[in-house]
Amino acid sequence: MSEIRGKIYGVAGPTVIAKGMDGVKMNTVCLVGNSGLLAEVIRIREGLATLQVYEDTGGLTVGQEVVSHAKPLTVLLGPGLLSNIYDGTQRPLYKIKEAGGDFIGKGLKVSPMDTAKPWPFIPLKKQGDAVTEGDVLGTIQETECISHKVMVPPGVSGTVKTIASAEVSGRAPVCTFEDGSFVNLYQDWPVRKPRPFIAKLPPSMPFITGQRMFDTLLPVVLGGTAIVPGGFGTGKTVVEQTIAKYGRADIVIYIGCGERGNEMTEILTDFPALKDPVTGLPLSHRTVIIVNTSNMPVAAREASLFTGVTIAEYYRDMGYNVALLADSISRWAEALREISSRLEEMPGEEGFPPHLATHLGSFYERSGKVRCLGPEDRYGSITVISAVSPPGGDFSEPVTQASLRFAGALWALDPDLAYRRHFPAVNWQASFSLYYNELKDWFTKEVSPEMQGLRQRLLKLLQRENELKEIIQIIGVEALQESDRLMLEAAIIARDTFLKQSVFNEADAFNSYEKQFWMMKVIFAFADNAEAALKRGVYIEKIIDTPLRADVMAMQDIPSIGFAQKAEALIEAIEREFGAAE
Amino acid sequence: MITKEYRTIKAIEGPLVFAERITGCGLGEMCIIKLEDGQARTGQILQLQGDRAVIQVLEGTGGIDALTTSVTPTGETARVGVSLDMFGRIFNGFGEPMDGLPSIIPEKYLEVNGLPMNPASRDKPNFFVQTGISAIDGLNTLVRGQKLPIFSGAGLPAKELAVQIVRQARVAEAADFCVVFGAMGITSREAFFFRKELSEGGAMERTITFINQAIDPVIERLFTPRIALATAEYLAFDKGYHVMVVLTDMTAYCDALRELGSAREEIPGRRSYPGYMYTDLASLYERAGRLKGRKGSITLMPILTMPDDDITHPIPDLSGYITEGQIVLSRALHRKGIYPPIEVLPCLSRLMNLGIGKGKTRETHRRLADALYSAYARGGDVRRLTTIVGEDGLTEVDKAYLVFADAFERRFVGQGDADRTIDETLDLGVELLKMLPDRERAALTRGKI
Repeated sequence: MSEIRGKIYGVAGPTVIAKGMDGVKMNTVCLVGNSGLLAEVIRIREGLATLQVYEDTGGLTVGQEVVSHAKPLTVLLGPGLLSNIYDGTQRPLYKIKEAGGDFIGKGLKVSPMDTAKPWPFIPLKKQGDAVTEGDVLGTIQETECISHKVMVPPGVSGTVKTIASAEVSGRAPVCTFEDGSFVNLYQDWPVRKPRPFIAKLPPSMPFITGQRMFDTLLPVVLGGTAIVPGGFGTGKTVVEQTIAKYGRADIVIYIGCGERGNEMTEILTDFPALKDPVTGLPLSHRTVIIVNTSNMPVAAREASLFTGVTIAEYYRDMGYNVALLADSISRWAEALREISSRLEEMPGEEGFPPHLATHLGSFYERSGKVRCLGPEDRYGSITVISAVSPPGGDFSEPVTQASLRFAGALWALDPDLAYRRHFPAVNWQASFSLYYNELKDWFTKEVSPEMQGLRQRLLKLLQRENELKEIIQIIGVEALQESDRLMLEAAIIARDTFLKQSVFNEADAFNSYEKQFWMMKVIFAFADNAEAALKRGVYIEKIIDTPLRADVMAMQDIPSIGFAQKAEALIEAIEREFGAAE
Repeated sequence: MITKEYRTIKAIEGPLVFAERITGCGLGEMCIIKLEDGQARTGQILQLQGDRAVIQVLEGTGGIDALTTSVTPTGETARVGVSLDMFGRIFNGFGEPMDGLPSIIPEKYLEVNGLPMNPASRDKPNFFVQTGISAIDGLNTLVRGQKLPIFSGAGLPAKELAVQIVRQARVAEAADFCVVFGAMGITSREAFFFRKELSEGGAMERTITFINQAIDPVIERLFTPRIALATAEYLAFDKGYHVMVVLTDMTAYCDALRELGSAREEIPGRRSYPGYMYTDLASLYERAGRLKGRKGSITLMPILTMPDDDITHPIPDLSGYITEGQIVLSRALHRKGIYPPIEVLPCLSRLMNLGIGKGKTRETHRRLADALYSAYARGGDVRRLTTIVGEDGLTEVDKAYLVFADAFERRFVGQGDADRTIDETLDLGVELLKMLPDRERAALTRGKI
């Protein structure tokens, strides 16, 4: 490997200009200055190479050395990623703490994983087997819930000469081939290069979040992309964290990109303590956290998204459904803008570089459901759910608009709902999901043939409520027809029981599709029976004041398991009560 | 180290000096700038390209020339000397005494920029800080280690509120509680106000004050919050204090940042503020927090003025995206004579749930706060409706909400100078909710309050 040595010529913010770097390639990694700061080449012009530096540039002087090993920016892939927490360039933060204390110093070099650690290994191939890229050589129980598949890397094939039998580590090859080549337990992969697969597949299954608003009204598919834009305080981070906790994915990659340190601490302390509702194991067993808080170096923030998605692809290739949660894309875009402005590139809208959408696309389009490399039928997916922080809560800004081009679902957060403490503060009128049509069959088959009809009715009710509210603005609520007042009442119940969902209430935090379906059944049983009673001449005050209303409102507090029976009993009570009312 | 004196200034623009043929200097290195009359000023290297350096001059460039003025790099980065003797003292924005007393003898020197806290070392904020202000304690609870800004408008009593909070704030271990106060670009009238108010009521002995006035050099304004926070880090993580840092006015700080950016001919972002303002503000705000295994904490309360009361202006907007919530002051409430004029609806404390509940405040605190919020929001809706349809178009229930909203503003928010305990605050909330019909209250609270 050729080594290129140059010298620092200029320093400005997070960028360094180096000279004497002839032959250096775009997007290769360099070590800058006396403490060897990690950097990447982002421009070459007239014998000068511009580098973005992934660490604080303070103290660098002109004339210090810059070394390139002609390698692109990579992440290290292998067992030990899960339960770990990394910065944007995959430095392990717990180990950095051991090495450098509570504050992050410069130039610390620590391997992302302990590659010397031995792992029990179950081989699936034997001597003489012909294997190709994507073939599973054997498995390692990485955490209690995740079996790590040791795969033949892309572009490699051969006939097995030797294969490890009981234990593997990074010290010796897992497998050697007849032609002398071998497969290591750990491999580097360039972060900006998507990992290959056989084919992308159309979506067919929902990504179950356990949140009524999303699952029923605004579903996203396994392999889909949803964006969550909202001004500050509208609950983006809570949405991301809720999905990280309760979303039904095999693996969760959580990228805290330019966000708050204290929030990341919450995740770090909560996840090992929280149990996965299905496996009963700590959530951290299926999670990789990548965190580059807002005060950590800005170029590493730019890299963090790609570090995250590359790790996601690695687990996808093993056949897992991966949820990639990015909070927030806007902070990533700002890092891009900051570096672009240091390069004195021609600014586009709001000062963002014109290549913003291209760059965003190169991230979002790495989502999807795929048939993985390898001769066996293996399918994996990456579902991307990213928060967007539009300045002033104005969705017309470039990052939201560019993200919308790639998103299949928009979960628009509304400050007005947040002010009322209506969470999740998703504005059901402004949001959409393009995936619903693809999921209709699934809803009918897996939930209930009535599911689609109930969903439609709920949307209609909410729409009608909006119209009625406009009328009230003009004539006052007393002047409304009684049937309309009843409809308003039904809409309030639907909003407060179904659309509102509390992540702090254990029974309410995750709802199965069954519970979501039965909740709608109860709400409309209430509305229908109340309307029938009104038509029979029962006073509206009496209908609205029924004690059953409180029981309907308390549906949230009933756990998903056993909900159907309780809902049926509640519907019976509603029919009895309204049937007897005079 | 051999120090070299360069007489190679090529250009002077705004607060910046451009010098040539400078070698061996580091980014961020401090320089001594000597004027013809022997006067010495302080500079810092902002950018290096070849043998050229861009230097910002802390005291301003007035009187500097390109012929006789010299630049001497010191080989040092920007540092501040700290010691426990700083309590009760007042310093300028660069950490030099301005109260007529002698300089302190530093126990140690700290980098003013500090280093980012390792997220893996942070400890979860989880202790309640009682400010004695109902709208904060009851509805937007401040938690130790949190950063919670006050969004104010020109002419609104933000500084009165800040002083009241500094005076009233208490945590469980009161003895270890102290205040670091950093003022950027304030007027002499405001400086007078703060000095007077802080010296009364015994808060002075536990307060360290840094003041950069509007008349002081603009570059000094960029150092003031960093010096204040470096001092706070020393107090919190070396000495185990629970430090409350109050920074005012962040708007003046951001304007200084813009001024510098434009002098450097950077490509401006929104409203000509630099594109890196988010990162820059984060490098201040993120210094709040707690560390595992260490006793102290830094709680940060920045105060900013929203230009034209616009919460979407880049300064409040970017701040709100970094801080853990915000306290918003309202002109409408101020005009009604309500003090403190805290507009609770857009207020938020993201860490509130970590600091309240059983054993901290009261088990029912969350439910009570949510109920008060919903009821007040509904009352506001009714109030708007009334302006269109009149009170006659309202139902009895709506009328009850209207009465509640008025009482809530007058009694719960408008507490005046009172210092309320958390129990007084929560009891008042319960009492106010009794104004609503039983059915409404039951639906709002969904349980005991």
